[in-house]
Amino acid sequence: MTNTEPKTTEAPIDVPAGADTDPTVSPVSEKAAGGSAVATATETTPPLRVTKVAMREPSKAPDKIFSGATLATGIFLVALIGAIFLFLLLTAVGPLSRNEVNFLTSTEWTVTDKRLAFGIAGMLWTTVVSSIIAMCLAVPVAIGVALLITHYSTPAIGRTVGFLVDLLAAVPSVVYGMWGVRVFAPVIQPFSDAVAGSWLGKIPLLAPGLQSSGTVFAAALVLAIMILPIVTALSRDVFEQTPRDHIEAAWALGATKWEMIKTAVLPYGRSGVIAASMLGLGRALGETIAVMLILSTVRKFDWSIFSGGETFASKIATNAGELDSPTKTGAYIAAGLVLFLLTFAVNAIARVVAAGGKAKA
Amino acid sequence: MKINRLAQVAALMAAGALSLTACGGSTETGGTTGGQTTAAETSTAQTSGTDTSAAETSASESQGGGAVEITCPKGKVNGGGSSAQDIAMQALTKAYNTTCNSGQVIYTKSGSGQGIKDFYNKQLQWAGSDSALKDKPNKDKVVESEKVKTRCENNPGWNLPLIVGPVAFAYNIDGVDKLVLTPKVMMEIFNGKITTWDDAQIKALNKDAKLPSDKINVVYRNDESGTTENVAKYLKAAAPDQFTGEPSKEPFAKVGEGKKGTQAVADAVKATKNAFGYMEWKYAKDAQLGVASIDNGQGAVELTAESAAKAMEAAELQADGNDLKVKLKYTDLGEGAYPMVMVTYEIVCSKGLPAEEAALLKDFLLFATSPDAQSKLEDQGYAPLPESLLTKVQTAVKAMA
Repeated sequence: MTNTEPKTTEAPIDVPAGADTDPTVSPVSEKAAGGSAVATATETTPPLRVTKVAMREPSKAPDKIFSGATLATGIFLVALIGAIFLFLLLTAVGPLSRNEVNFLTSTEWTVTDKRLAFGIAGMLWTTVVSSIIAMCLAVPVAIGVALLITHYSTPAIGRTVGFLVDLLAAVPSVVYGMWGVRVFAPVIQPFSDAVAGSWLGKIPLLAPGLQSSGTVFAAALVLAIMILPIVTALSRDVFEQTPRDHIEAAWALGATKWEMIKTAVLPYGRSGVIAASMLGLGRALGETIAVMLILSTVRKFDWSIFSGGETFASKIATNAGELDSPTKTGAYIAAGLVLFLLTFAVNAIARVVAAGGKAKA
Repeated sequence: MKINRLAQVAALMAAGALSLTACGGSTETGGTTGGQTTAAETSTAQTSGTDTSAAETSASESQGGGAVEITCPKGKVNGGGSSAQDIAMQALTKAYNTTCNSGQVIYTKSGSGQGIKDFYNKQLQWAGSDSALKDKPNKDKVVESEKVKTRCENNPGWNLPLIVGPVAFAYNIDGVDKLVLTPKVMMEIFNGKITTWDDAQIKALNKDAKLPSDKINVVYRNDESGTTENVAKYLKAAAPDQFTGEPSKEPFAKVGEGKKGTQAVADAVKATKNAFGYMEWKYAKDAQLGVASIDNGQGAVELTAESAAKAMEAAELQADGNDLKVKLKYTDLGEGAYPMVMVTYEIVCSKGLPAEEAALLKDFLLFATSPDAQSKLEDQGYAPLPESLLTKVQTAVKAMA
């Protein structure tokens, strides 16, 4: 686009000579005032002159610098991801080659001098299950809150609710963890016990597990609260962007408020909400300290959400203090690599889903 | 989004919350120790010295008592490692730094293995460890004692036992103030063989207690821990038929639930009815949990500083000059000894540190071995070193150059 610009622009501008002597009067207003202003001016009015203003040739440097900078940041990011992946892979490959059990299907985790047997099946299950529960609980609530803020409440209430939800995002996860383990988990324990104790307890997923409150379910609930503000804030932003035309059109067709939301706002916000949910899921999958504080670990893998377990991140964090040999570190890094790939896959799927159903704005 | 403005408010709140909790762990650490190290310590040393072998201790005391006067050299030394001695070390360093108001001695917990590694990689001037330096290669083919020798410019590293920590078997049962357990029964609980509190084997030991028929909820450390290793060593020695496998830092309990760190274990036992777990004594005290008395074959022994110190007195010293390794005895300790103690070491260079650092470290360790500082550790849930061993450690510290 730069090469099509003319070298110089000659702009004929009417400038009254008096403009030089009177800087408070802008040439434009003088000009806008037109002939009548000239006539009523207190000063003696000189005849209008046409001058040619030669504009400097626009410098191309800022353009080049900016495009260079964006390119550099892009390359940097890709290189960073690549470097992280490479680091994970290189550190993990040694212990993986000496692993005595199947890395993907075993639930054993023994990394001692005598035996090197580690598998991620248990962690994968706990990570995925807790994140899915958190998503299932948080996303509908987040959409509801976002709709309330954008379409149902008065601006004052909307702002207040939005403020409060944003406040949740600013709470550090260690605080969530401490609150979860000391306050929240004991509160929901009677509910878990009731479910596990009823006929539902026959289902392995809901079987009675821990005696204490540090269950996967409790951790998932806290995760849901943690991702709520992310999903809400982003959903709110897309819902606000719904074109006025769509909304008016829905009204014009005689839609009720809910029908308007269903036909105009939700389809328009679909891809945005999916993207928001994926950001939330990413946080849930990788959340470390809160999960570590809440979740109890168990010696034998258990399918139940009312039992304990370990996520990838919490397992690594629990043992990071004692990673005293490359072999052991490598085993944990291998688990980290799976989390990395899992997050990567989730994001890739989310992109496909979001792009597939993108509403035409 | 108004996150920026909110973040400021929330960050403030969070910072407050964090600093409060950070204090929670170690509020009573020392502080009071400072300033009283002169007159008080000599008197306590002499009174405690009289009841044991008076001749030996008073002789060493006469030279030891005078030399414990600290000189407060300038400079800064960093130590780190074992988290089992962290509370003690924080109390000692704080007391020393307050007393001296010049030297800076800092201890950071990072795990014993990491501490030793940082020590021989010259990031630390001494290491705190749950176990003495190993002479055999580990899984990365590193021989710790040789690495340390290189670090100390070809002078051997010394293991100095300094902190004695009793481990409590704590429980949370309504209406039960006193509980007696044997190593065998505890191991059966950890193995999942005994699952309820009113099991016949527990009842036989506690005839008067009203034991509930509820399930025992075992809580253990899920991170690798020196505490776990020491408890495992004890149970392996005292209940060899029940303890299968080898003691290690990995959890040995076959049932129950794991929590990271002693604090979380104590919290979980506190929060869960009918829970049972092991933890450093201090944490059980702070959480006001019931602590089981152990019947090691010579009658039930309650956990007190005295009963724990008795177990230390029975320990065997494997000294190589000033390198002092302690081999704890877990059985046949005699009457009134609480068997579950762990001893943690300070690992230092016998020679080879820069003069300024060496002087400060030496001064600090001397301070830490003062009977007064040792007896102050009782408040933190540790037991004092027995006189005989304390004297040997003092001699070693004085020989450091």
